[in-house]
Amino acid sequence: MGKIRTPYLLLLPGFLFLFTFFILPIVNLAQTSTQTPIAGGDTGQYEQTLRFANYLDAFLENREQFGRSFLYALIATVLALMISYPLAYAIAFKSGKYKNFLLVLVVAPFFTSFLLRTVAWKQILGEEGFVVPTLRTIGIISESTTLTSTAFAVVMGMTYNFLPFMTLPLYASIDRIDPRTLEASGDLYANAFTTFRKVTLPLSMPGVVAGTLLTFIPAAGDYVNAAILGSPNTKMIGNVIESRYFKIVDYPTAAALSFTLMAAILILVTLYIRKAGTEELV
Amino acid sequence: MSFDASSARGDLILTRITKEYGDFKAVDDLSLTIAKGSFFALLGPSGCGKTTTLRMIAGLEEPTVGSIHLGETDITTTKPYQRPINTVFQNYALFPHLTIFENIAFGLRRRGIKDVDAQVNKVLNLVELPHLAGRKPTQLSGGQQQRIALARAIVNRPALLLLDEPLGALDLKLRRQMQIELKWIQKEVGLTFVHVTHDQEEAMTMADTIAVMNEGQIEQMGSPAELYDNPKTAFVANFLGQSNLIKGTISGNDGDSIVADLYGQKISLPKHRSHAVDNSIYAGIRPEKFRISLLNTPVSGNVLGGGHIEDVSYIGVSTQYQVAMPWGQELIVFEQNDDGVAPFKKGDAVNISWEPVFTFALRGDEDVTAGSEVNPEVLDEE
Repeated sequence: MGKIRTPYLLLLPGFLFLFTFFILPIVNLAQTSTQTPIAGGDTGQYEQTLRFANYLDAFLENREQFGRSFLYALIATVLALMISYPLAYAIAFKSGKYKNFLLVLVVAPFFTSFLLRTVAWKQILGEEGFVVPTLRTIGIISESTTLTSTAFAVVMGMTYNFLPFMTLPLYASIDRIDPRTLEASGDLYANAFTTFRKVTLPLSMPGVVAGTLLTFIPAAGDYVNAAILGSPNTKMIGNVIESRYFKIVDYPTAAALSFTLMAAILILVTLYIRKAGTEELV
Repeated sequence: MSFDASSARGDLILTRITKEYGDFKAVDDLSLTIAKGSFFALLGPSGCGKTTTLRMIAGLEEPTVGSIHLGETDITTTKPYQRPINTVFQNYALFPHLTIFENIAFGLRRRGIKDVDAQVNKVLNLVELPHLAGRKPTQLSGGQQQRIALARAIVNRPALLLLDEPLGALDLKLRRQMQIELKWIQKEVGLTFVHVTHDQEEAMTMADTIAVMNEGQIEQMGSPAELYDNPKTAFVANFLGQSNLIKGTISGNDGDSIVADLYGQKISLPKHRSHAVDNSIYAGIRPEKFRISLLNTPVSGNVLGGGHIEDVSYIGVSTQYQVAMPWGQELIVFEQNDDGVAPFKKGDAVNISWEPVFTFALRGDEDVTAGSEVNPEVLDEE
């Protein structure tokens, strides 16, 4: 009997933790999402009326921010993939004895706060940074153009912040490829580009899928980059939820938006994995 | 400069090839011609440069000095995918994401060949695995993967097929079976095979010509029988089978024969089997060429007296003796168990005799242990 119970006993702490900090809040959030203000009550006082129209109202009111969230997250994911793939490839196959050192460098940004790093980007892209004057000098942007408080800054910040989430799974996947299969491909009449398309990329697909999900999902719900590097015109759905909850104290709308975001991400991710699981994405 | 050499055909000619990695010379001024249609083996211990030589032929490494020709075409700097050469890799290197069919079709598709289905099915039948076409490589046993790796290479009908320790990962029984099959397939398809191995038995079973490599150079090249019967160096004598090497001095001439003095006892050997440069020699005799006889038995040929049996190992088909000689050396003797005579016993006083034609002579300044310390059974990952 004792032998059978042991695994369940070992699972108990994890279950209790998830129940308290995941299941209960989700249930609470679900209840909140269909509440309405108490007539004549104070700000922040709501009662349960099962008003599911909250969802429709919340969505219609914030369509623009939803669209922007997914667009920014998509661009950041694509950029991160383009930066990370050659990086992960080089670390896996070309770095020799510097492999571990380079991996530490990839993770090194995590040693400081996410917020601090994002604020640092504000300075990098600001008037006093080197980027803006340089771009002005070589004529890529005009004298009047600024980079802070733009969609560009938000997407750059997101790309940067989520880069390690793309690089690490890609590295893990590429590192597992037997270099002899690449030699075999060359031996069997495939040039470098064909070898990449027919052997390297398909074999690294698990890393591509994991990396894009780990980047896209948090990026779609992110509000820090938009808050620090953006303007009212670059507001994402995360910013709306944040202000509804903490500033306007409109709990039902914030909760409804949260659930809508979760559902949207779930649908997109499911479609993506289905496609990635059956055929090559590229 | 690289260009498409895919239509080149003919003998493979390596001319004064050297490959250096920093200060280390993996291959040292090696010249070699491999005849079209032959089964050629590069044999040597790990680190002798045989795999590096193979990789230069495949185009995976570029020689530091020297040139490689296929017939009239210089392919020294041609990219691997532009050479009419295919490789069966050590550990096979099959594409794990593709089916067996697509693995074999890979080379055909890259070259835009039309009847892929027919050609793939033909080689699948040749290696007797047509039922595995739809499987993935991980679902196959080692022996099956080995055959698919071979099929993936020969389906392209290359001018040259390179085999890099192709049987190294298989167990002994399967290895024997594949040796016979590979030989048969080579005859069947009529391609030039270049086989790299550290296993002397494998090389001797399969190859028409063997080049024995040591420290980046070819020690000796010839048919298996030539190399075994008349090795030119102690390395070859020890690496291919076992040899008894006895120190001696040339003391005279007798027509086509040389007379030599081995610790005071005279023997003779044919002149053409001596590779000595002066009077100092090592006389070499293979263990199975020796005969053992008790002291009062008449003997013919070369005779060395004064031995006694030190150790007896019964191996079924033969009995292996170690015979201690008066000068302190122990000679190894294999006797076939085919005459119903009871084996000799430990301590018996014996003479050793053999036919003079089986004797070979090496230079007296050779290192007699060369090639005997390397353990050919250790699989290396060069």
